[in-house]
Amino acid sequence: MTMSNSATLATPIGGLYHRRRIANKLALTLALGAACFGLFWLVAILWTLLYNGLSAINLSLFTENTPPPGGEGGLLNAIFGSVIMTTVATLVGTPVGVMAGTYLAEFGRNTKLAEVVRFINDVLLSAPSIMVGLFVYEVLVVRMGHFSAWAGAMALAVLVIPVVVRTTEDMLKLVPNSLREAAAALGAPQWKVITMVAYRAARNGMITGVLLAIARISGETAPLLFTALNNQFWSADMNAPMANLPVVIFQYAMSPYEDWRQLAWGGALLITVAILLLNIGARLLAGLGTTRK
Amino acid sequence: MTMTHMDANSPAHGSSKFPAGMMAATGAERAIAGAGLPEKISVRNLDFFYDGYRALKSISLPLYDRQVTAFIGPSGCGKSTLLRILNRMYDLYPKQVATGEVMLDGVNILSPKQDLNLLRARVGMVFQKPTPFPMSIYDNIAFGVKLYEKLSRADMDERVEFSLRRAALWDEVKDKLRQNGMSLSGGQQQRLCIARAIAVKPSVLLLDEPTSALDPISTAKCEELIDELRSDYCIAIVTHNMQQAARISNFTAFMYLGELIEFGNTEEIFTNPTKEKTSEYITGRFG
Repeated sequence: MTMSNSATLATPIGGLYHRRRIANKLALTLALGAACFGLFWLVAILWTLLYNGLSAINLSLFTENTPPPGGEGGLLNAIFGSVIMTTVATLVGTPVGVMAGTYLAEFGRNTKLAEVVRFINDVLLSAPSIMVGLFVYEVLVVRMGHFSAWAGAMALAVLVIPVVVRTTEDMLKLVPNSLREAAAALGAPQWKVITMVAYRAARNGMITGVLLAIARISGETAPLLFTALNNQFWSADMNAPMANLPVVIFQYAMSPYEDWRQLAWGGALLITVAILLLNIGARLLAGLGTTRK
Repeated sequence: MTMTHMDANSPAHGSSKFPAGMMAATGAERAIAGAGLPEKISVRNLDFFYDGYRALKSISLPLYDRQVTAFIGPSGCGKSTLLRILNRMYDLYPKQVATGEVMLDGVNILSPKQDLNLLRARVGMVFQKPTPFPMSIYDNIAFGVKLYEKLSRADMDERVEFSLRRAALWDEVKDKLRQNGMSLSGGQQQRLCIARAIAVKPSVLLLDEPTSALDPISTAKCEELIDELRSDYCIAIVTHNMQQAARISNFTAFMYLGELIEFGNTEEIFTNPTKEKTSEYITGRFG
């Protein structure tokens, strides 16, 4: 050790060391600059949103339906529609996603079929959501003859599935094999090993995945445009078009009416805060998972 | 049912109560070390293949009931592999094949007709690293029991206490049975795993380097525990610690490169091995 120390003090290597320090500083500065650039826009967007949206937040936003131009109103029907469709989509997509993820991680390891399923799932994960909307339009809306909340929920469910499949598989793969062996060594059949031990060990991560999926679909507009459409009025009928926040924001933000645009700001802030909370919740849960190992 | 063909040769069935050391065999009798003890498991001409690679080469040896048999040998010699055949753990993985015979109470467990879950309920296993399930201490024990028995609440409480007492863990955890099993220390976790294995009332216990991840005090506790358990179970233990093998086992099998080099009474193996390889290994000249 002492020998190499004295070597670095020698002048030719000292010059090299100096150059390295400069390169290091330069790289650090560039990385910091890039991070700041990205963060600046994020903060700018959030600031604009807060600035414009906060003034739109009031009680009537949550208690009144979307108004005609010039009228008084809120976003009640849209909030309700978004919550309903997101809930149905989550209830439909989560079991399918969990089961498919379980297949990939537990039963289908190293099989051709699992490889194919995993690949298709990855494609689905990054598929533009408008394609999913068009698909459900073709499959459900055209056959039913009208737009409906069911179609909207199904389109969102299709978006939930790949996210849940991916996180379920990843989380189950993090469960050490020794745990499965230990359960099997007690005479537990494979399905018991998975449901009683592997799921328990991966639980927090899997819930995190579901929360992230909810966060993803709660802001989706494109798939709903072709499926649930929108509804100016209060409707709890799943067979009829239903109002929802993203499409309302989309329509109101581009309208010429000042009060509609104001509602759009309010809705945008609402969605952003909801997604932020979901993400923070997911983070906290994931954190719990790592500290408990 | 512990009667096997060996019993026919020697009717002294009660001999299992003798410490094996008392039956010290001379070199000439080495081939029948332990003769007279009931054989719980008889391994005959066992070969094992990992994806075509022959990891065990025609192993034959007995595991006697109510005795501790230690498997020693350098890393990669097939000790753990052999252990994992005895409860067919290898079946969890494709491309692993065992040929030959492993008779447990006179039934060949390598037969494809063997129900794996029932076999594993009878042949308990404890692993190198403690593997508590992510659930409460109580549920860790109850998990295995619930698989094959429907016990009332009171009976289950009793079984949990019995297992934890047997594993010398009861006094340390009796006030926190609802706590997560993973909150215990490493040594406690390992004893929890032993308790969990005992709870399903197996007749054979396989211990795969159970103390290699433990501190000396926990190791001593586990060894005491194994010493106590020997009166009720047929125990097979893989260990890298020669002193441990000498301390706790009645019989020792020395393996090298997938072959069984020598098997006999532990005293004999350690004081007067017949094979040069064995003496080289136990004196620390290689491995």
